[in-house]
Amino acid sequence: MALLEVSDLTKNFGGLTAVSHLDFHIDEGDILGMIGPNGAGKTTVFNLITGIYPPNSGEIRFNGGSLLGLKPHSITERGIARTFQTIRVFPNLTVMENVMAGRHCRTRAGLMGAIVRPQSQQQEEVSILQEVERHLRFMHLWPYRDELAKNLPYGDQRRLEIARALATDPRLLILDEPAAGLNEQEGRQLMDLIGQIRTSGITIFLIEHDMKVVMGVSDRIVVLDNGEKIAAGTPAEVQTNPRVIEAYLGREE
Amino acid sequence: MGQFLQQLINGLTIGSFYALIALGYTMVYGVLKLINFAHGDLFMLGAYVGLVTLMGLVVNMGMSASLLVLLAIFLIVMVVIALVGIVLERVAYRPLYRAGRLPPVVSALGAAIFIQNAVMLLYGARYRTYPEEFKAIVPEVIWTVGGARISLMQVVMLAIAFVLMAGLYIFVQYTRVGTAMRAVSLDHDIARLMGIDVYRIIALVFIIGPALGAAGGVMVGLFYGRIYFTLGWGYGLKAFTAAILGGIGNIPGAMIGGLLLGVIEALATGFVSDAWKNAIAFVVLILILIWRPTGLLGERVVEKL
Amino acid sequence: MNAMKKIKGQFSRLQGLSERRKNLIIALLALLFPPFTHLLLGMGANRWTQVANFFFIYASLGLSLNIILGYAGLFQLGHAAFYAIGAYTTAVLSTKLGIPILLLLPLSGLVAAIFAILISRPILHLRGDYLCIVTIGFGEIVRIALRNDASSLAFLGKIPGLSGFAEKVSGLVITGGPNGIFGISRPSLFGFTLRQQWHYYYLFLVFVALTVFAMRRLENSRLGRAWACIREDELAAEAMGIDTVQMKLLAFAVGAAWAGVTGGLYASWITVIAPESFSFWESVIMFCIVVLGGTGSIPGVLVGAAGMVVLPELLRQVLLNIQQWRMLLFGAAMVLMMVFRPQGLWPSRRVRLGMEEEESLAAS
Repeated sequence: MALLEVSDLTKNFGGLTAVSHLDFHIDEGDILGMIGPNGAGKTTVFNLITGIYPPNSGEIRFNGGSLLGLKPHSITERGIARTFQTIRVFPNLTVMENVMAGRHCRTRAGLMGAIVRPQSQQQEEVSILQEVERHLRFMHLWPYRDELAKNLPYGDQRRLEIARALATDPRLLILDEPAAGLNEQEGRQLMDLIGQIRTSGITIFLIEHDMKVVMGVSDRIVVLDNGEKIAAGTPAEVQTNPRVIEAYLGREE
Repeated sequence: MGQFLQQLINGLTIGSFYALIALGYTMVYGVLKLINFAHGDLFMLGAYVGLVTLMGLVVNMGMSASLLVLLAIFLIVMVVIALVGIVLERVAYRPLYRAGRLPPVVSALGAAIFIQNAVMLLYGARYRTYPEEFKAIVPEVIWTVGGARISLMQVVMLAIAFVLMAGLYIFVQYTRVGTAMRAVSLDHDIARLMGIDVYRIIALVFIIGPALGAAGGVMVGLFYGRIYFTLGWGYGLKAFTAAILGGIGNIPGAMIGGLLLGVIEALATGFVSDAWKNAIAFVVLILILIWRPTGLLGERVVEKL
Repeated sequence: MNAMKKIKGQFSRLQGLSERRKNLIIALLALLFPPFTHLLLGMGANRWTQVANFFFIYASLGLSLNIILGYAGLFQLGHAAFYAIGAYTTAVLSTKLGIPILLLLPLSGLVAAIFAILISRPILHLRGDYLCIVTIGFGEIVRIALRNDASSLAFLGKIPGLSGFAEKVSGLVITGGPNGIFGISRPSLFGFTLRQQWHYYYLFLVFVALTVFAMRRLENSRLGRAWACIREDELAAEAMGIDTVQMKLLAFAVGAAWAGVTGGLYASWITVIAPESFSFWESVIMFCIVVLGGTGSIPGVLVGAAGMVVLPELLRQVLLNIQQWRMLLFGAAMVLMMVFRPQGLWPSRRVRLGMEEEESLAAS
């Protein structure tokens, strides 16, 4: 069954059409890769799904319900978490606090809880810390838990963003060029982690500029050029598609 | 109709003062993203230096009040306040460029308190009046147009404001230095890479802004004839409002915002209630910002992801 | 309990050691202040107890603004509006209806919070400096409204259909116009009415202690963390599932409520209030208390309040012959403070942690 279904999605910025009549879907448990040359509209697709921009037309359905008109935070609450292409960790919060932010939408304590600290609130705090520890260990960030996020090396910040997204208990994880700026070894390690995340039952949708990375990890691939879908299928199918070679590979090499 | 025209003219006159002061806020904000809360007090200082210069030239040195003397007074005041502006930038702001958004605001408020109390110590807490001799420069001529009264003084004020603003606009749009200034307001680092001395541009902004505000100070002194040391607080707040209204950082925006605010105030006084005019001005500002969150001419900020 | 220990352990770098002993000493000093100054100064002690009371009022105002400005990072420069609304709620209801002050205090907070929610909802999307002028604007509108009183609304009668309203309102006195309201009753409990400065001293002390306690818990809670995220990166916070609009509204509401209660306390202490007690200048003082002390830092705000309230008073005592220089020095001190200690007198642990790490990075 399709977890996410995008149909006839269009977004214009002024006179420029960033995404045009886009159709695709992601099946539960899959890894879908989206590739395309710079400016093809990949990040715009992410921003439309996560509710940062409203689309001009089209429909986005997640788990059976429409996401249109929802604000980003309620989309996250429904089970879609994301990372950003340019890293956006909370720079002056510690690594731990960054990941705790992800638990916000899964916990309930309010004003009275904060000030009176009843039993239920204390239990909630404990559960937050347990979850955070689990995600930090998984992302190999536990030793740096008390560092300020801005002081982490680049690759660690990328993993921190993923840990923070995982802390929201997503069903669908959206990764915007997770390997950008990483060296080859770091990139491989990251893809390994992404594979493990999928094994744990989370569906993944990722944008990558680097073809090699995407081909290795994705079950299916959608190719975007000038805001339009020009091909879709398994990595092998896409790789041999003449339109892809012309639009993407041919242009870049 | 006559009353409407009258309030429009009054509003444009007050608005031109606001616009001149607003330019200082908007220019500093443009290059530094800093609200110079001391700017209103530089304006007030300008009004006092204008008074002192006038006393010196006309009363003490016995020059006859003429258009030439008026010009000289404006020139002297603008130069003096520009110097104060440079000192202010050096002492209170430059050390704080990397300190974040809030510390410069407190520093600016401290500088405002300092200037205000310095003026109070020097010239007293009571209001001071521009002497009668000054009136001779602009004779009291009043025309009646369509039921509204326009004085020569109002025409002169509007003319001075127009010349100063047009001059600034031409300078910023069509000269090399003006282009550099616009570049700095877009991006310090890239401007630096292009070979622009960013600190010199910042210093220049702290010359032009205060000079224009000081001219506004002399004009307020001339127009109302009476000045006091807390003058900068109210006018400063109004001018800052005008700058925001037009879209802070945008030079034509400050001019339009100033004139518009003056007109709103005058119309509120004439047609609604004098006691509520300041509140009405703020209500209009808030409504405009709800409609256009970055002011009338402010650029839409599109966040890059 | 083991779990709570664990939580504390996690924050070890954000929390100090042997806090308990320090707190005990401070509490003792605070409790002994009135009798001690009385012993030392005799009748002159009253003046200093009064200064201490002003300190408490501003400390509480600073702490309430700190929620909005320090925790959530919202550029609020019109906080006096909420203070005024609280003070006037208490003053009007106590003089007109004779409701006891202790009942009015929570009500003042509630009224201020409702007002805050109503006005801040439409402006929450504004960015930093635009938000700043709008909050200044609200502060001014409130002051002007209090000054003009209800009768000045008679001009609304010009609008067709509202002529009846104008008649009704024209003789109405609610806020007392520029003269304000006097004869506000004093708080009393079990027949004991607070009258002396030192009576209020202990009331305010308890209130500020409660405030500090609540703020510390708030800071280290789910809400405090959400505010910190919004301050750091609003869009990322929203994308992580934090309802930023709701959280910002909450910051305004809680900050306003606390300022409102403080306003009620102030009104019942001073017993005379006027619109000019809540001018833009008051908002500026609150703003400076937070930033000079250390944005987001509870001890910082207390130190900042001492600096803005007690320091001018000390200057008054020291500069007997050059009284008029007082405010000049004060302005210069503000500039110098920021130039030499932009992080504030007592920065939050978070800021200090960041600076230490920057230094060690620079050293290595």
